[in-house]
Amino acid sequence: MDFPRIFPFGEGALVCESPAPATLACQKRFWAMAAAAQQWPQVTEIVPGMNNLTVFFDPLAADVDTLAKMLAKAWRTADDNLKPGRLVEIPVCYGGQSGPDLAKVAQHTKLSIEEIIKRHTHTEYTVFCLGFQPGFAYLGGLDPKLATPRRAEPRVAIPAGSVGIGGAQTGVYPASSPGGWQLIGRTEAKLFDPMRTPPTLLQPGDRVRFTIASQTTITL
Amino acid sequence: MIEVLRAGLLTSVQDLGRKGYRMSGVCTSGALDTLALHIANRLVGNMPEAAGLEVTAGPVHLHFTQTTRVALSGADFNATLDDHPVHAWWSFPVEAGQTLRLHTPKIGMRAYLAIHGGIDVAPMLGSRSTDLKAGFGGLNGRALKDGDLLPLGATRSSIRTSHALQMPAFGIKAPGWHRFEHRNLREENKTSLCGTPGTSVRVLRGPEYSHFTAAAHEHFWSEPWLITTNSNRMGYRLAGPELTRTKNLELLSHAVLPGTIQVPGNGQPIVLMHDAQTTGGYAKIGVVIQADLWRLAQARLASNLYFTECTITDARTAYADLQRYLTQIEFAIDQQYQGYAQSTKAPA
Repeated sequence: MDFPRIFPFGEGALVCESPAPATLACQKRFWAMAAAAQQWPQVTEIVPGMNNLTVFFDPLAADVDTLAKMLAKAWRTADDNLKPGRLVEIPVCYGGQSGPDLAKVAQHTKLSIEEIIKRHTHTEYTVFCLGFQPGFAYLGGLDPKLATPRRAEPRVAIPAGSVGIGGAQTGVYPASSPGGWQLIGRTEAKLFDPMRTPPTLLQPGDRVRFTIASQTTITL
Repeated sequence: MIEVLRAGLLTSVQDLGRKGYRMSGVCTSGALDTLALHIANRLVGNMPEAAGLEVTAGPVHLHFTQTTRVALSGADFNATLDDHPVHAWWSFPVEAGQTLRLHTPKIGMRAYLAIHGGIDVAPMLGSRSTDLKAGFGGLNGRALKDGDLLPLGATRSSIRTSHALQMPAFGIKAPGWHRFEHRNLREENKTSLCGTPGTSVRVLRGPEYSHFTAAAHEHFWSEPWLITTNSNRMGYRLAGPELTRTKNLELLSHAVLPGTIQVPGNGQPIVLMHDAQTTGGYAKIGVVIQADLWRLAQARLASNLYFTECTITDARTAYADLQRYLTQIEFAIDQQYQGYAQSTKAPA
């Protein structure tokens, strides 16, 4: 595994980045580093990305060179044999009004609708990181056969809980937002709730399995 | 209680922002001009992190049902209290039954109103700021509407409430938004796009600076950038010469922060603000230094923005200067209140 590049981002952040593509083995090291960096008094926030980690600090309180050295050391000593995260099941109502683009994905992938649902539910995904929206998870592990380009024109508003495929990625929109992914289903699972501790359903390292929800759980 | 008679175009409850949840995809939110809210809070005797109002466009009319003390800061919205003019960067008592009206700003974009004791909405994830996009925090997770009622008075104060209610009005000199020099610019350039003077902010090179062409670098530092009207609390969308890349690498998602200047495929930069998403995949040509973010927050739509290159050392010095300025202002304000406290104690 290549040693990551460490570089400043503004005066109050350092980025630690490995070359693409993002792999689970490499990502595990970043989670371990993130857990270590979170304990350092001079670090105010950490944000794991895809194949990278950003640490934020007070530019007057922290010494950048020391912090960079600590990050490099944390990478070398990081335990990438982390035990697997929690397994979270997300029940999805596929197709119909809940997944208006399922037929389009079938057309593009030349797979039957049943086959798409089977492949989408038979995979165990891993949460690489959170971002974009509160509680939105970047998932690794989509069956490459299911990859479908984004819509040419993004929708103005996608309902909360929408499950979509965008290129080689899949995921759930926690809140209503504009979006260009192909929508194949919807879940009632709440991915973000500010009243809950922690506020997000998923954490980096968690494993996700989509299951078929009974068709009656979502009123069409 | 404050009754919102007219909410204006975009008025929201904000404090100094939500910290520690970026890894969950939760943005900072909070006052875009943190300097203004910080000082306004101190002017009414609050701790800096109390919640106040951010007013983006007037007119905003607020009716007070209780006696309190307020301070206005940021852009001067030509405010009146029961038809008497009140100044920006002033702190003054308000009586129950009075109405404060904020009209329109002469310069700048955003006004801040701090109220003694702060606005008492429930903190969510450690902050009272409104996350307009995710719809939580502040008052029901949204911008204010006509008829809203704002509860007051939950946060700890640094002065006695009786002093806050009785002390006469006083103010401070507004910090200079345009005092910063356009070092690399010819004078005539400053007004070339829209006829009004621009705002200059200091910028550090971003992680993907080297992905851009020499011409793009030249344009980036020397041309005026029009802040388009398609700008908001998430980001300022700029218009100017197209910034072309020599490398067109697909970037994996990284953390982004307020001040990040990212360049999407169309070559037109976007400066991220406090409501921006926490991760992004576009090339980052630069980062506005933290000490100039408040200056950026007051840059008006349809005016020009200039980028001046600086070093990390410059950025840290500017940040330290800003902290020192805040300490001095806080000291001066404390002196005012202490002086008043002593004068009321003295025998007649």
